[in-house]
Amino acid sequence: MRSKSAVTLAGVSALALYSSMAVGSKYNFPEPQSVIAKDIYDQHIMLMWICLVIFIGVFGVMFYSLLKHRKSLGYKAANFHHSTTVEIIWTVIPCLILVAMAWPATKTVIAMKDTSSPDMTIKATGYQWMWGYDYLQGEGEGISFFSKLSTPRAQIENKAPKGENYLLEVDNHVVVPVGKKVRVILTANDVLHAWWVPALGIKQDAIPGFIRDTWFTADKPGIYRGQCAELCGKDHGYMPIVVEVMEAGEYSKWVAAQKASAVKTSMHVENK
Amino acid sequence: MAAVHGDAHGHEHDDHHPSGIMRWITTTNHKDIGTMYLWFSFAMFLVGGTLAMGIRAELYQPGIQILEPELFNQFTTLHGLIMVFGAIMPAFVGFANWQVPMMIGAPDMAFARMNNWSFWLLPVAATLLVGSFFVPGGAAAGGWTFYPPLSTQGGLGVDLMIFSVHILGASSIMGSINIITTILNMRAPGMTMMKMPLFVWTWLITAYLLVLVMPVLAGVVTMLLTDRHFGTSFFNAAGGGDPVMFQHIFWFFGHPEVYIMILPSFGIVSEVIPTFSRKPLFGYSSMVYATASIAILSCVVWAHHMFTAGMPTVGQLFFMYATMLIAVPTGVKVFNWTATMWRGSMSFETPMLFSIGFIFLFVIGGFSGVICAIVPIDIQVQDTYYVIAHFHYVLVSGSLFALFAGAYYWIPKWTGRMYNETLGKWHFWLSMFFFNMTFFVQHFLGLAGMPRRIPDYNLQFADFNMISSLGAFGFGLTQLLFLYIMINCIRSGDKAPQKPWDGATTLEWTHLPTPAPYHSFEKPPIVK
Repeated sequence: MRSKSAVTLAGVSALALYSSMAVGSKYNFPEPQSVIAKDIYDQHIMLMWICLVIFIGVFGVMFYSLLKHRKSLGYKAANFHHSTTVEIIWTVIPCLILVAMAWPATKTVIAMKDTSSPDMTIKATGYQWMWGYDYLQGEGEGISFFSKLSTPRAQIENKAPKGENYLLEVDNHVVVPVGKKVRVILTANDVLHAWWVPALGIKQDAIPGFIRDTWFTADKPGIYRGQCAELCGKDHGYMPIVVEVMEAGEYSKWVAAQKASAVKTSMHVENK
Repeated sequence: MAAVHGDAHGHEHDDHHPSGIMRWITTTNHKDIGTMYLWFSFAMFLVGGTLAMGIRAELYQPGIQILEPELFNQFTTLHGLIMVFGAIMPAFVGFANWQVPMMIGAPDMAFARMNNWSFWLLPVAATLLVGSFFVPGGAAAGGWTFYPPLSTQGGLGVDLMIFSVHILGASSIMGSINIITTILNMRAPGMTMMKMPLFVWTWLITAYLLVLVMPVLAGVVTMLLTDRHFGTSFFNAAGGGDPVMFQHIFWFFGHPEVYIMILPSFGIVSEVIPTFSRKPLFGYSSMVYATASIAILSCVVWAHHMFTAGMPTVGQLFFMYATMLIAVPTGVKVFNWTATMWRGSMSFETPMLFSIGFIFLFVIGGFSGVICAIVPIDIQVQDTYYVIAHFHYVLVSGSLFALFAGAYYWIPKWTGRMYNETLGKWHFWLSMFFFNMTFFVQHFLGLAGMPRRIPDYNLQFADFNMISSLGAFGFGLTQLLFLYIMINCIRSGDKAPQKPWDGATTLEWTHLPTPAPYHSFEKPPIVK
């Protein structure tokens, strides 16, 4: 009887866990859209399972003790106060668990840091409070624009209903082709900022006067949103990042359109 | 034992001290100073808590309602600084003042006059910090970590904060030297190092950490000050400096600081658990070694706060491994507490409840700590609500719950009166409920992508933020209950016996009457 109810309980909780994972991004990371993001997602799930097992082990013992070893039940206290064997065991086991956790993480760290031989390079510059993008190398080289929050002031001040992408929408998206290794070079113009797109699994601080880099390869076309992740003053909450991933053909069209409008703008300036 | 009693009573006519306000201003008595530390830290806790209520009120719904973004940033910055430097740290020093001399059988602290000064610096520092809200430009708004160049941009509020940190640092260093000297030189005969109560041990190690890192903090804020006003460029790339250097120096202080706020909690819990389990602490010496290893490791893990700042692969790997290693001695402590409870004869008075609540929630904070230590995952959760949830699990349900446990545990000895047990239990259960309501959901917010330190957010984060805010208001109100319980206890609590906890074994319970006399242990007890 007892073991049956224990099995039922285990089954129900496993089901509950799985279904909560299925609910997806509300309780977990957003759906990963790059190799690195997938690694991060999987390692996080793995760690949650390890933590859950330890949690049940440690608190199972503790709560059993809390229920049974009570003065109110007339339980008489034992008087043991150390055991070298037990203490060595519970020092060694955590070490082994940590090695199991560190192994996949180490591989991912090495992969994350490998920004060599990219298909294209984009420089992102943090400003108080917007991002500037310069396409430095690869298809689209020479394109340059600013990207600012496009949520109307009225929505922030609660004078208009808030849209679906409230505070996560900008005037100019960073457009990249799907399946290409994009190296992002980061710097800032004034104070620290951080360029973060959760679905692509990258976050890197932008530091004034210094260059940092990171990379991503988007798996699927789509629009991925993120935010500045380093406090940068008054409007820190109002400088989102929107990456738009396109199929190669569409991306070429976008590049051509950008180049054309850039030529038009410069001619316009010269005519003046 | 009787001789000690007689001695204590015989000296009561020597308790002449100025009365009224002058008693408190001129006092050199460790008990008076401890009391002042505790009241000061509770007052600061209420100020910092009020700021937190403001933050949660603004975040109750998307959109800007109550606090404009600039003021919001001032609130988060001052909330952090006040809670860390004004509430948690002085509270532990208050406990050290009251308890260390009594637990080692010493008559007072080693440097009684310096003790007075280290306390009276605090109100000055607090005035500068809180007063900075009212200067032109308002208080510092660059986060409690005040990273430049943002903190170089701020106004007069930042300078006030820097001076305040200087003063607080001086106070902490003096307090620590006092504690170290007291513990090393004033133990009763027979009280060898390895017989000291664990609370004394953890404070000794904490005090060494403080002496090691507070000067580093003082140095880094001074560099910031000269960058701001005297034309240096330590943290300004245009002048050959490096903003990231600030982060390295700050966190060289900042990470040991985290353990400064948790090690004395370990000490308190290690006193309370054996008492209410009526069984000696399991693995006393491994507890001491674990505390020391945590302290040593805490000095070589600082850059795990900076994984997104960019550093070489080997750097990231080193700091990841070192950080993960801290889980081992911390785990040893949790296992030892569990083994102490195992086959004990437990009862669940309020101090015990808060200690068990501490272990339960601190372990959750430890799990999220290990998860944050894994570099790839940290890249995702760094500077998000996940991290907010993590460090509130270790600082609120860690340090603060241990402080509550300690307050309920020792208040009978301090005042000679018992607190109201029913209300104490209400305080625990309400705190437990509202704490989790506030902070558990913040894990989900962080995972889903909500950055910290933002006054407004996308609609997808709305429901968890509302739950969190409601929980925070409940938690805040619950703490007023604690104030009521303490005042009620001091004014009209039932008389406490000499040893209200039958499992207590330390000197203050076994060798001193209740309430503890103004001067205790003028003749040292003999410890066997």
